[in-house]
This record gives sequence, C-alpha cells and structure tokens, in this order.
Amino acid sequence: MGFFSKFKEGLTKTRDALMGKVESLISFGRKIDEEFYEELEEALIMADVGVNTVMGIMDDLRSAAKKQKLTEAEELKPVLKQILVELMGEDKAELSTNRDGLTVILFVGVNGVGKTTTIGKLANQFKAEGKKVILAAGDTFRAGAIEQLEVWGQRAGVDVIKQGAGSDPAAVIFDGIQAAKARKADVLLCDTAGRLQNKANLMDELNKIYRVIRREMPEAPHETLLVLDATTGQNALSQAKLFGEATGVTGLVLTKLDGTAKGGIVIAIRKELEVPVKMVGLGEKIDDLQPFDPKDFVDALFAE
Amino acid sequence: MVFESLANRLQDTFNRLRGKGKLSESDVKEAMREVRLALLEADVNFKVVKDFVEKVRERAIGQEVLQSLTPGQHVIKIVNDELTELMGGSQAKLNISNKPPTVIMMVGLQGAGKTTHTGKLAKLLQKEKKKPLLVACDIYRPAAIKQLQVLGEQLQVPVFSLGDQVSPVEIARKGLEHAISYGHDYVLIDTAGRLHIDETLMDELRNIKEAVQPSEILLVVDAMTGQVAVEVAETFNNTLDVTGTILTKLDGDTRGGAALSIRAVTGTPIKYVGTGEKIDAIEPFHPDRMASRILGMGDVLTLIEKAQASIDQDKAMDLERKMRNADFTLEDFLDQLSQVKNLGPLDQILGMLPGMNKVKGMQNMNVDDKQINRIEAIIQSMTPAERREPKLIDSSRRKRIAKGSGMTVQDVNRLLKQFEEMQKMMKQFSGMAKKMKGKKGKKGLGGMKFPFLP
Repeated sequence: MGFFSKFKEGLTKTRDALMGKVESLISFGRKIDEEFYEELEEALIMADVGVNTVMGIMDDLRSAAKKQKLTEAEELKPVLKQILVELMGEDKAELSTNRDGLTVILFVGVNGVGKTTTIGKLANQFKAEGKKVILAAGDTFRAGAIEQLEVWGQRAGVDVIKQGAGSDPAAVIFDGIQAAKARKADVLLCDTAGRLQNKANLMDELNKIYRVIRREMPEAPHETLLVLDATTGQNALSQAKLFGEATGVTGLVLTKLDGTAKGGIVIAIRKELEVPVKMVGLGEKIDDLQPFDPKDFVDALFAE
Repeated sequence: MVFESLANRLQDTFNRLRGKGKLSESDVKEAMREVRLALLEADVNFKVVKDFVEKVRERAIGQEVLQSLTPGQHVIKIVNDELTELMGGSQAKLNISNKPPTVIMMVGLQGAGKTTHTGKLAKLLQKEKKKPLLVACDIYRPAAIKQLQVLGEQLQVPVFSLGDQVSPVEIARKGLEHAISYGHDYVLIDTAGRLHIDETLMDELRNIKEAVQPSEILLVVDAMTGQVAVEVAETFNNTLDVTGTILTKLDGDTRGGAALSIRAVTGTPIKYVGTGEKIDAIEPFHPDRMASRILGMGDVLTLIEKAQASIDQDKAMDLERKMRNADFTLEDFLDQLSQVKNLGPLDQILGMLPGMNKVKGMQNMNVDDKQINRIEAIIQSMTPAERREPKLIDSSRRKRIAKGSGMTVQDVNRLLKQFEEMQKMMKQFSGMAKKMKGKKGKKGLGGMKFPFLP
C-alpha cells in the first residue's frame, strides 16, 4: 500500500468527521448565507480545530467570498482548501538526524499519550532501516513503565538502558548517551515519564534531562518530540507551549489519529505555535506510525 | 491562555448596562455569545453547548437583576447554577452490591488512566477498611499487568492475574471466583484501553460484563479530551450501560469541558476525579467547582459567600484602608493569615480568584498550607516593633528570629523579601484601582477585588 493511500485510510475518520459535514454542506447547491457560515463554523469546531482558529478561518472565508463575489457554497470549497493549505504549510516535516554519528531523540508529553508505544514503533522502523538503536528508559516513575519499554526493546531486538524504578531520569539518559557512544549506535531514543505541563517541579526535572543531553552532546537532542493524543482538545495548545519552553520542542507526534480522532487540533497548533507535526500514529500496528505531510493531510481531508 | 476569562468578558459586555433592573432579550443574546465561546474553548461539545445556551437564554430573559450583583455577574450566576445542576447537584457514591463482593469494572480509551485509577480506588477502599482484589485483564499493552502488580505491591492489595495468554473474560470470571473464596468484598477489574470504534474489543467488554455482572462500570476519561468525548461516552454507554465516570488528570490546566459533555450524554454521574500522580490523589467530584472551572472564571460567588461568612467585617474594613495606603505591616499580615486559614486551603482560595494566574508574581508563589504555619512562627518570633517596622530587622535580629521560630535565616530572609514584594503588589493594586476609577467614573473593579475585602 502506498503511503498516500495508507494515510488516506488512516484519516478516514478525521475526514468523515470534518469534511463529511463540510461536504454535505457544500454539495447541495447551497447558497452562501449566514446559516451556511454558521453550520460550517460548527463543523470545524466539532473537529477540535479550536474556536480561535475557526474564527480566523471563517473571517478569511467571508472576505474571500465577498471579494470574489461568490454565491454558491460549492465555490467556497477550493477557497477553504487553499486557506487550510496555507495554514498548514507545504513543507513535509522530516525527522532531523545526525548524518555522521549518533542521533538523539527525546520524547516528552503528558501522561498516557503513547510516548513509550511511539518509541517502540520508531525503534522497529529504525532497526528495519539497518540502524543500530538504543532505548533509554527515562520513565522511572510510573509503575511498569521500564518493563513496558523492555518489551518493546525485545520485540525490536534493540538494547534498553535502564536503572531501577524511582532513580534519577537524567542519570538514566546520561547512561544512555554514554552507552550509545560506546556501542557506536546510530539512534538513541529517550523515553521520559508523562507529566502535566503545569507541574513546575516536574517540568524542571524535564529541563534537567534536556540540559544533561546538551552537555554531553552540544548538538543534541536532534529532535525533541512532543507526543500528543489526537483526542485532546484545546489543552494541546498549552501542552505545546509549556513543553516547548522546558525542552525546546522541535516537532509533534500525533497519536491515536485513527479511530474517530478529530485531529483538527493539528491546524490550531500549527497556526498558533508554528510547531510542525512530524509523525502521526494511525493505528496499533508497528508500521502505523507515519511521517506527516501537511499537503497530504489537507488533500486527504478533501479526497473524494 | 488565549482568552481572558468569561467573567472579565461578560463584565465588559455589561459595563454599559450597569444599573439596569431587568435583563432584556438583546442583552442576553450578546451575553450568550460570550458564554458559548467560553464553553467551546473549554472543549464542551458543540451540541451540548447549543442546548445549554438555549436553556440559559430562556431562563435569563426578563429576570430581575439581584441588587447585590451587576447584570454581568447575574448572568454568570445563572450560567453557573445551570451548569452545576446539569453536572448533577449532589455528589454520587459507589453502587454497592447487596451480595458481596461488589464488582467494579474500569473501561476507557488508551492512556486515560484506568490502571492508575484502579490502584487509587483500591487505596480509597482500603482506607474504609475494605478488602479489595485487583484483577488484571489488560493482556494487550506491554507490561500493563506488571504495572497493576507494582501498584498492588505498594498498596499491599492482592492482584489476580493469569498472564497475558488467557482471555480477559476468563481472567475476570476466575478473578471473581478467587475473590469469593478468599473473602474479598470488592473486585476491581482493570481492562485494556481501546478505541470506542473497535468492535471486537467492545464485544470483549460486553462479555466481561456478562460474566461478572458488575454493580459499577466506571468510564475513565482524560479531562483534556476534546470534542470527541461525546462520541466516546456515547459508544461506551450504549455498549455497556456505564454507571459512572472518573475524570482523570484534572490537576492539569485544562478547563475540562469534557466533563459536561459526558454528563449530558450519558446522564450518569461523575463519581471521582483524579488530581495528581500520587496513589491517594483521587477525590469525590464536586459539580460546583467543575462549573466554575469550565467557565474559567474562578469560584467568585462561593468565595464571596465564604469570605462574608468567615471574615470579621470591621477588621476587613481596617485592612482595606491599610492596603490602600500601603501601610500594611507584618502584624496585619499575621492577622490576615489567620483569617485566610479560616477560609480553607490556600491554593483553593487562590484558584477561586478570577485572573489570579495572570497577576504578576503570582504564578511562582508556591502555595502550601504548612507554609502559613511557618510564616506565622517566624512573625511570632519578632518583637512588636519589628513587626511594625521590618526595616529594623538586621542580621543579628534575623538570626534570633530564625532560632526562635525553628527556621533558618534564609527562611526569614525569604519571608521579608516576599513581604516587601507583597507591599509593592498592593501599591500596584491600589494604583490600578485609582486608574480604573478615573477611567470609568465608577467605583470598584469587579473582578479585581481582594478576597479579604468585603
């Protein structure tokens, strides 16, 4: 299955939730009127695009319709698509890697978004590309987290660097870097415990991990990925902002985007914080973690 | 966050309506737009918002504005009342089976916090001298069983597991048998997280339910969930007839509008909320607190009531005057602290204040009730003269005070510094109040009053 069709399939629900409504709004040869705008606004908000962003989109739509003297709802479809494409940007966001040497990727996020699972999947993918991968079990807090990462390590056949539960996560990551250097690994994936972004002390702890990585390897981490649950609502904005401040987030991984996840929050985050989505989780299987292409995303939303 | 609080916005909308006796249709219409936005920003489901706003609109039109409140506050009061009611007036308890053991089944999406809250619930039951058994039915997620076992070990609560090769239905059934023969009065069944659209896994839950006949099926929901909350709750409820909800991660900064959506859709009560990472961070649900949180306005009304009930009016007047003139001393501070202590836990009080998180210097103020006791100790170790004139306190006096209060010199320094900052802040406040007075020609600031002032 080609990437695009896979992507399209995974996003079926998002498309149905978001564009299904828009499509039905648009296709009945409707005239553009206040009621139409209201229903469109409703459809976008229902997709978690976020009030603020929706208001912006609606303003753009209205002024475009006025300027081009559009009267048929159908004529607004390309306009809407264009607006979304502009919002999302067209550049495909790829993971930055260190071409000659160790690439360090740090994973951060709130509790239960799927950090460890994402790491497991990514470890498999890197391994399949013939890379030597090491995992660092930096979630020393949650019961069973280290074991969970170990299971993923076994499945992928990669080493896991760990200490006991309750140990200092920064020390584990430090060990991870030393081991990765000594064993000449290509990729080090650093797990961290989930934490709510308004807990100052826990965010400080995360910042310490970040500083330890930078001290050991000044150009690392090559990526700090904030893992976001696609079912999250407007709080995702606060997450992106505060995790960004603590660890210089370079990209997002949007998990659980299959199912009925609305995923509209991607648009809001892109607009308000300009952090690109780098990967999306479209299912439970290992290869369901896919790179994110904003243009494909919008195309998929509008696909027939 | 992006928007200021509903209270402030409504205040603006209604400023020009001050002194009006009744709410007209157009006033209400304008206010409802703000209410609608506030609810949507809090992730309350769109459809729920629509119904809710309609209900409030009908109730608000033509209402007489209470003397004590402005039209803006009055609308908030109506919204607040309705929200509280919608979320289920009083607090709901766990259903108990008349034939023990009581079986409780935990269900929900991945990562909502089912396993963690199974542990927290066990702790809660343990405190009530119950004998719970945990049953590990999450055979899918790596190390999920281990997680439950670790929690069980911490709590000294037995965990029943048959590994990850036996079907969850079988594990649940055997777990129940085990509980009966070992005399457990509660059985908590942890199930795997699943997407509500996954029919195979939903069927599995239905079969577990069939096998163990739980008296309580608790849907565990992440408080940060967006618009999808309604769909999730609907599907789980249609499949299983959910009996209640646990709202988790409420210690974050989410407004938690999902609570309202779920309640509206399932009609079942929210029974508990998860409020932290520690195993005892679980609390009964309070509809009124949730209502003001969703509105992002702080619990102003409760605060006013509380303050009026527990603060000595004369002292408060006196204090207000002192604050205005910025001749507020450590003695007053001590006085004030003891009054504040009567109000309840400090972080809650601060949480009730609208816009408090925006006040400069407030975000970094770590609030801890024990802190108050320490501060009291330090101030009480000062002489009356020192309390009135903190500048007197030189380094040898600091040492003496530290010794007297059992604190370190650094603590004394910190308190003095904080007090100085507080005085500065008060000057800002009174400065601001004066400015606003000039601008609007009205007295008072609506949202900006200190709680200690009547």
